[in-house]
Formats: sequence, structure tokens, C-alpha cells
Amino acid sequence: MFVQYLAFAIFSAFAIIGAAMVVWSRNLVHSALFLVMSLFGVAGLFILLSAPFLAAIQVLVYIGAIAILIIFAVMLTRSMTAIREPFNTQSWLGAVIGAVLFVSLVAGMILPVWGWGSLPTLPQSDVVGTTRDIGIALVSADGYVLPFEVASLLLTAAMVGAIVIARED
Amino acid sequence: MASFLTTLLVVAVVATTPLILAIPLIWIERKVAARIQDRLGPNRVGPWGIIQPIADAVKLISKEDITPAGTDKVVYNLAPIIAVASVVLMWACIPFAPNLIGVDLEIGVLYIVSVASLGTMAIMMAGWSGNNKYALLGAFRVVAQLVSYEVPLVLSLLIPVMLAGSMGMQDIVTAQQGMWFIFMAPVAALIFFISAQAETGRAPFDLLEAESELVAGFNIEYSGMKFGLFFAGEFVHVLTNGVLIAHLFVGGWWGLGVSADGGILSNVLGLVYLIIKTAIFYFISLWLRNTLPRVRIDQLMDFNWKFLVPISVANLVITSLLLKISQVAGFAVDLTTNASFTAALPMTLLLLGGNIALIFGVIAIYGFNIRRDRVQEEAQAEAIAHATSH
Repeated sequence: MFVQYLAFAIFSAFAIIGAAMVVWSRNLVHSALFLVMSLFGVAGLFILLSAPFLAAIQVLVYIGAIAILIIFAVMLTRSMTAIREPFNTQSWLGAVIGAVLFVSLVAGMILPVWGWGSLPTLPQSDVVGTTRDIGIALVSADGYVLPFEVASLLLTAAMVGAIVIARED
Repeated sequence: MASFLTTLLVVAVVATTPLILAIPLIWIERKVAARIQDRLGPNRVGPWGIIQPIADAVKLISKEDITPAGTDKVVYNLAPIIAVASVVLMWACIPFAPNLIGVDLEIGVLYIVSVASLGTMAIMMAGWSGNNKYALLGAFRVVAQLVSYEVPLVLSLLIPVMLAGSMGMQDIVTAQQGMWFIFMAPVAALIFFISAQAETGRAPFDLLEAESELVAGFNIEYSGMKFGLFFAGEFVHVLTNGVLIAHLFVGGWWGLGVSADGGILSNVLGLVYLIIKTAIFYFISLWLRNTLPRVRIDQLMDFNWKFLVPISVANLVITSLLLKISQVAGFAVDLTTNASFTAALPMTLLLLGGNIALIFGVIAIYGFNIRRDRVQEEAQAEAIAHATSH
């Protein structure tokens, strides 16, 4: 149990410190790398929640693809990496929205689950979903086949759209 | 606490094995390369030069550790570590023998793919932090190459997963008791081999360190053992690919006299069979590396997106269709429970037939396209020749 708490502490630190440094860092490439660190911490939390499939997808999609593309885009615009002055004039608005989001998340999701009392000792659900369960749920008629197919169609459309934009003629 | 210590020990052993294996691999690599190029190779240090890699390692460690001006120090020092870690982490769920595996994850194959994708990031970091335009150019090429070749790699990886009905490495190996998957899916095996070769960044796909164009590629600013770490990572990656192909397509540790429930003899024999199978694929990889010339970057991309990806998708569709047909017709077997040779034979023949049809279809379509292009080119050349002769 101790090891699990330790792992939780490490992964949480990764996620929180990484997320904070994404905003604080003055170097865009560093921000992107801190984003990777934060995403990695979230992947670790998924493993602690017995969701290895989500953890692997988190690493594969977010770190292996999206973060790489962000870094790639930042590097292609070389002058962007040299920016030292903040150019966002809406930081106060951002802070207000962030605070509202934080309060509503705490009030709406964490408090109803945790309550005002002590930390919960039991898992919230007895269902342990395996990867097989996720797969079956995604394609079974009484599962999530419609949202799954709609999302696939949307992604395909986005991909075709990207190719159309990127074509020169 | 005891279980925690055991886990720690297993982690140490599993992580160290590939790194130690890299040392003799350097000698094998240099010897094979030398023989292919009609040279002797290392032959001074020890009998047949067998201690040469130790001397190389000592040289690398004792070299001056240079950090060029203008580098991003943290990123620069982190990149080689991540490069090696991404390869070593893959070994966590690679089985060595029936009862010898770091951790048999339910999502084994997916874990390997996702961990391998960290390597791309390490190369990106190395290319950017060195403050060198050749390194950055090399890194750009790598990202394009590695991200592209991940697509056919994963698509062909899906076929063994579909056949075994599981993503766990041990399940995939167990399902090949009677019939290796290479007989059911030769096209997938070939595509996996090609994409895996590209993922390691070795010739003919060695654009990331094309010596004659980019001086050294993404690792140009690294010296001493930091360069050595990239080097070791590449060697272990090639070996890992050999092990993965052995596991996914040619039955892993299965062989004469091995039983799945284990026993000392089974485990030892399994390890031996695995090493033999891995060595064969490792040798083929070296052979290709030392025989084929480097492809151009546009050829590389064309080959991936216009050849490998369409074939992988077609292969996936055909294989799933044939699997469904064999289920409906009633001769499909659940390979996890009943994997004997005779039970798997009808399904194998059907899938093999589908694969052969796919190969002929591909040859016909691409052959037709190439012939049409050539006729056009010849007509053009003739027209030019005709015009200039007047």
C-alpha cells in the first residue's frame, strides 16, 4: 500500500509540476516538454486506477503523437523559441476562467464523491474493466457503437480536410 | 516488503539484460558488416577481436564530455537517457521463456508500441537542444520518418493480436503452439519487419543519421558516453525488433520439447529457441543494412504512404473478413484454448490463401501503374528526341 501511495505522490507531482511549468516556462519548447511530463504523470495515475489501456493510449497518442507535433510546430517557427516577453494580454481573464473552472470542478465532482469527512478507503465502484470490456463496449449495439462510429467519421473528415488544406493546387 | 524487493530485483535484471547484450552485439555487428564488405573486421583485441567492444566502451567513457556553447543543458542531457530508456522499457513485457517474463501485461503489445514512441521524442530533444542546424534537420527527418512508419507497424501488429484474440505477449506466443502466425499472415510479418527496420533508423532507412548528407544527424553534438547511449539504444532496438518478430510471428519460445506449463527444461529450451529465432531476424536486419543503399526522403515517404499503408489496411480488412468467414463456416478455432496443428490448419490455409491473393493483387496493380508510367516516360523521351533531331 505504501508503494502505491509513493507512486501516487510521484505521478501527481509529475502531473501538477509539469502543468504549472507549462504556463510558467518562458521557453516554448520547454513548455511543450513540461506538457509531456504532465501527460506522463496522468498516464501513471491511470495505471494506479487499474486502467492500463488508458495509460498506454495516453502515452501513445498524447506523448507519442500530439506532443511531438506541438514540439515540431514550435521548432519549425524558430523565432517563436526566442520569445521572452509575455504577449498574452488576456491573462486576467484566463485567471478568472481558470479559478471558476477549478471551483466548479471541486464543488461539482470532488466534494460529492469525497464529502467533507475523511478520505474514502473503498473504491467507488466494484467493476474492474479490462481492455476486452472496453473493446466490446465500443462496438456492441447496446454499448457505445454510435458515438464511436460518429467520432471515427469526424476524425476521418478532419484528416481529409487537413489533406485538402495542405495540398498546394 | 519482500515482494517489493523481488520486483526491484526483476526490474534490475530485465533492464540490464538488453544493455549487457548490446556489448557482444557491437562485435557481431562489426564482424558481419566486415564479412559482407569483404573485410576482416575487428581482430586485434582478444581472440577474433572479441574484446573489441569492451575497448570501445572504455574509449567512449574516457572521452572528454563536451557540452557545446548555446545548448539547452537539461534537455541536452536528458535526451540520451530517454532514448535508451524507451528501448529498455520495452523489455518489461517481452517473454523470455514460458515462465520468464518481467510482467505479462494485458495490454502488452500496446505498451510496447507506446513506450517505443518515446524514442521519437528523445531524438527530437537531442536534435533541438544541440543548437546545430544539421542536428535539427536530422531530427525533422526522423519525426517524419518514425511517425509515418509507426502507421504500418501498428496496423500489421494488429493481425497477431486479432489471431490470438489478446494483446498480452504471453497469450500471443501461447496461441502459436500448433501454427506460427507467419503462415497465417506472411504479409503482416513482412510489413512489420520493414517498418521495424525503419523505426530503428537503419539502412536503407538511415536518413536520421545520413552521414554523407548531415554529417552525423541528430546526435552530431554528442560526444563520449552520451553518444554511446544513443548508439547502445539503437543496437538494443534492433535486437528488440528481432525478439518482437520472433514472438509475434514465429512462435517465440515454442519449439520441440517446450510445454506451456513450464518446468526448468521447458524454460531453458524456450530461451534457447527464442535466441535462435531472434538471431536469425537480427542477422537479416544486419544483412539488409549492409547491402542496400539509402533511399531518398521522398522515396521513403512514397514507399510508406503509397505502398505500405494501403497494403496494411487491405491486409487488415482481408484478414478480419476471412476470420469472420471461418467463424461462420465453423472451422475457426479459439487459439487460446485449442492451438494444435490440425485444428489450426483449415484456418491457416484460408488466411494463407487470402494473403497470396493480396500479394498477387498488389503486384498486378503496382505492376500496371509502373508499366503505364514507363510507357508515358518513353513516349515523352521519344517526343523530345524527335523534336531535337530536327
